[in-house]
Parts: sequence; structure tokens; C-alpha cells
Amino acid sequence: MTDINNIKEKSLKAREIVISIEHLKKTLGDYDILKDINLKVYRGESLIILGKSGSGKSVTLKCIVGLMMADAGKVNVLGEEVPNLSFNELQDLRKKVGFIFQSGALYDSMSVRENLEFPLVRHEKLTQDEIEKRIRKVLSNVGLEESLDMMPSELSGGMRKRIGLARTLILNPEIMLYDEPTTGLDPATSREISELILKMQDKFKVTSVIVTHDISCAKLTANRIVVLRDGVFAAEGSFDELKKSGDDFVKGFFEDIF
Amino acid sequence: MNSILPIFLTKFLLTVYGLYNFTVRYFREVFKPPYEFKETIKQFFEIGNKSLGLVGVTGFIIGFVLALQAIPMLTKFGALSLIPSMISVSIIREIGPVITGLICAGKIGSGIGAELGSMKVSEQIDAMEVSATNPFKFLVVTRITATTLMIPLLIIYADTIALIGGFMALTILNGQSLQLYFTTVFSALTFADVIPATIKTFFFGFAIGLVGCNQGYNATRGTESVGIAANVSVIYSSLLVIIIDMIAVQLTIILF
Ligand SMILES: Nc1ncnc2c1ncn2[C@@H]1O[C@H](COP(=O)(O)OP(=O)(O)OP(=O)(O)O)[C@@H](O)[C@H]1O
Ligand SMILES: [Mg+2]
Repeated sequence: MTDINNIKEKSLKAREIVISIEHLKKTLGDYDILKDINLKVYRGESLIILGKSGSGKSVTLKCIVGLMMADAGKVNVLGEEVPNLSFNELQDLRKKVGFIFQSGALYDSMSVRENLEFPLVRHEKLTQDEIEKRIRKVLSNVGLEESLDMMPSELSGGMRKRIGLARTLILNPEIMLYDEPTTGLDPATSREISELILKMQDKFKVTSVIVTHDISCAKLTANRIVVLRDGVFAAEGSFDELKKSGDDFVKGFFEDIF
Repeated sequence: MNSILPIFLTKFLLTVYGLYNFTVRYFREVFKPPYEFKETIKQFFEIGNKSLGLVGVTGFIIGFVLALQAIPMLTKFGALSLIPSMISVSIIREIGPVITGLICAGKIGSGIGAELGSMKVSEQIDAMEVSATNPFKFLVVTRITATTLMIPLLIIYADTIALIGGFMALTILNGQSLQLYFTTVFSALTFADVIPATIKTFFFGFAIGLVGCNQGYNATRGTESVGIAANVSVIYSSLLVIIIDMIAVQLTIILF
């Protein structure tokens, strides 16, 4: 057993680090939301961040992608020090990092097609045919071909999440950051989304960082889990390790699993 | 915030600084490709379309009322024939641009403020940014360009309708002939009336777009900030319209 764990450890160590955060600190308003965040994410893995509502999970993701800047500490993504990048360098990095917003953040005034086209036509010189093909492909990946000409206001919550996912996938990112991809969905849809995340990871070998409270999503997708508590990562381990944890706080997340 | 200045003054100065920043950024990005032609044109027509009715109705009423009020007064002096020139000069130089500018500040300024504000609050602007596109270019540059070009057109349109309104009042009450009316209207206007009055309308348009975009784009979190963005846009853009007008009048006196 320990042997297998050792081998697993070693192979993780040998793998390339794509995100490395050291001593990240972030104060918002009067609160020290993030106090001392340290994290390494390896290429191809799927890392879950658990944490209570308001603990700063979204803030952590936003620091990774440069939507918020750290007050102190290092945030290194794909070898680039995020806070030091110029606007253009940051944009180049962002092409390789997909971000799924908690709220979906679909462009309300645009149809699904225009939502999906929006980043595509601005980054790549593609013919109309190629764009059409990419859109159809990514929509079929999320199982929503029929929604092509709908407006975001006509979509259900689950559909919005999936279109948000599609809009990010269409750029073929190396890293995907998911902010609560399954929150507020029924168990069946939530499972579909989790499976979708797995499928994307399998198919395109993307690295995923997934913020969630949804323990069944975590169970399905996690290679590794970290638990955010009071501004630091308080626990780390595989799903099974954390499930057996003696810590009450950590246990709390696993309660609804039988 | 601990500051020696009262809060409203701090806020005011911050807004002025924000507007200055936005102006600089606008000119830095507007000439840099890739251009968002399609979106600019879409915004241009949308802004025009939305305001056409309101601006037209107000224009008509202004012209009509102006003539209506002038008739008894000027009849007393036996100067009825001066009414068309009076209407023409006052509408083209001052009343048309300023009133239309203020209406657009209310209608268009608040619309832009609310639209960008809600995009900001619902993280759509952040989403554009993380997808490595340039939301400033797509949302702000297009809208400011559209208002800068569209508001002068709306003002010309309002002026025209106001002149027609003036004619309607005169013809109903005094049997004014159409041909004589418009001949007098146009002969009363000089280069020094039309050109400065037209130039300032571009500044009105720019100011209205600028303020609306700045407020919306910098909205903070929460739904109430959308309302605040719309509200503050109206206040600042109306204020700017009046200030620009005042400066324009002074400059016209000096230069022409
Ligand atoms: N832009 C901001 N300005 C000020 N405070 C903020 C901002 N964004 C987040 N916060 C605060 O930071 C804290 C953490 O927010 P965050 O959105 O990261 O929580 P979360 O862990 O993602 O919670 P949830 O699970 O509810 O999404 C909250 O207390 C929130 O009020
Ligand atoms: Mg969150």
C-alpha cells in the first residue's frame, strides 16, 4: 500500500508544475481573506478546492488568472509570474487558462453562437466554416447542439453552466479553473457536469482546478483535494484520505456521503 | 476613508480623475487595430433608434412653444416678421443643442451606465478579460465613438423638427407661408452661428458616452451599484453638457 502511494508521490513530483502559489496574501475591505496560501498544481491532475462559503475560494482562482492581484506572495502560472506581467503578456497567458465563472457570466446581449464566437474570432484567423465547425463541436461536447441560436435568458441554470464551459473549452486551454461548476443544480445535472469535466480532462489532457462544495462532484473528479480554512489550506490529500480525516471541519464536507 | 477633504469632494475628484484616465485610454485604443467596426455601427444605430422619438417630440414642442410665446410679445412691437429669424438663431445656437444634449444625457447616459454596470456586476466584463479579449475596446471605445458621432446627428434632427414646430405655430396662428418662413430662417443664420454650435455637439456626445461608460465599467459589486451607475451617469453627463456649452459660448464670443 505504502509502495503504491510512494510511486504515486514520485510520479507527481516528477510531473511538471503548472501553477505554483507561495505565501499568497489578499486583503479585501477590512478582512484578510487569504492569509498564507501555498499550492502546487501538476500538469494533467484534477485538484479540488473545498471550503466554506465566503472563505475566499473564488478570490484564490481570481488571483491565479490575474483578475485580482495578490497583496503579497508569488503566483506563478505556466512559468509566468502573474503580478509582473504586462497587459499583453497577461492576455497571452489567459489564452491558455480557461476560467468558468460561478455565475456563468454569459454575455446577455449575445446569442449562444455569439457567446462562443466572441473569444474565437478575436484570437484566431479562421474562416466562417472553421468557426462554425468549432462551435458545433464544442456544443456537442457539452450536449447542447440545439441551443445554438438561443439567448442566455432562454437557458436554464444547468444549460448556462454548460454553455459557460463550452465558451471556455472552445479556446482549447491547458488549464481549466472551475468556480463551483455544479452548485445549484439537481443531482442528475450536477453529475452530468462532473462527468463532462472528467471527459474534458481525459480527452484534452487539461489540468483542472475545481472549486466546489459538492462532495459527489469532488468524489468523481478529484485526484487531490485541498481544504481552505481561515485563509490557509488546512488539509490536503486524496478523497479517501480526507474522508477518513479526524478533523471535524474536514469531516463536515463529507457528511452527506454514505 | 480618512481624508481631510469631505467625502463628496473626494468622490468628485476621483470621478474627474477617472474620466481623465478613460479619455486617455480611449484615445490610446481607438486608433489601434483590430477595430470593432461591427459593434460600433450596432451601437451607433441602437443609440440613435432609442432616442429618435423622445428627441423628436421635445424638439417639436420647443419650436412650437418658442413661436407661440413670441407671437403676442412681438406683435406688440409690430415685429412679427422677426419671429422666424429669432427662432432660427436661438434654436440652432443654443436651445436645440443644449436641450437635446440634456435629454441624451438622461436617456443615453443612463442606458450605457446601467448596461455596462450590470455587465460588470454579473462578471461579464471579467469574463471578457479572462478570455484574453479587450473589453475596454469592445464595450467602451465602441460606445464612446457611437455617441460622439450620433448625438450631433440627433441634434441636427431635433433642430430641424424644432424649426418645423415653430413654423406650425406661426402658420396656425398667423397664416405664415412656408417658403417665406424657411427663407427667413436660413438667411438669418451665419457661419458663426452654425459651425461653433455644431462643433460643440461632438463634445456633448463624447462626454455623454464617456461618463456612462466610466460609471458602468467601474461599478462595484452588488445590484444596487447598477442603479447608482445609471444615476450618477445622468448627473455628471448633464453637468458636463452644461459646462461644455458654457465654454463653447465663451470661445465663440472670443473667436468669431
Ligand atoms: N471584489 C471584492 N471586494 C470586496 N470584498 C470581496 C470582493 N470579492 C470577494 N470579497 C469578499 O471576500 C470573501 C471571499 O469571497 P469569495 O467569493 O472568494 O468566497 P467563496 O469562497 O468563493 O464563497 P462561495 O462559496 O460563496 O462562492 C467574502 O467575504 C467576500 O465578501
Ligand atoms: Mg465563490
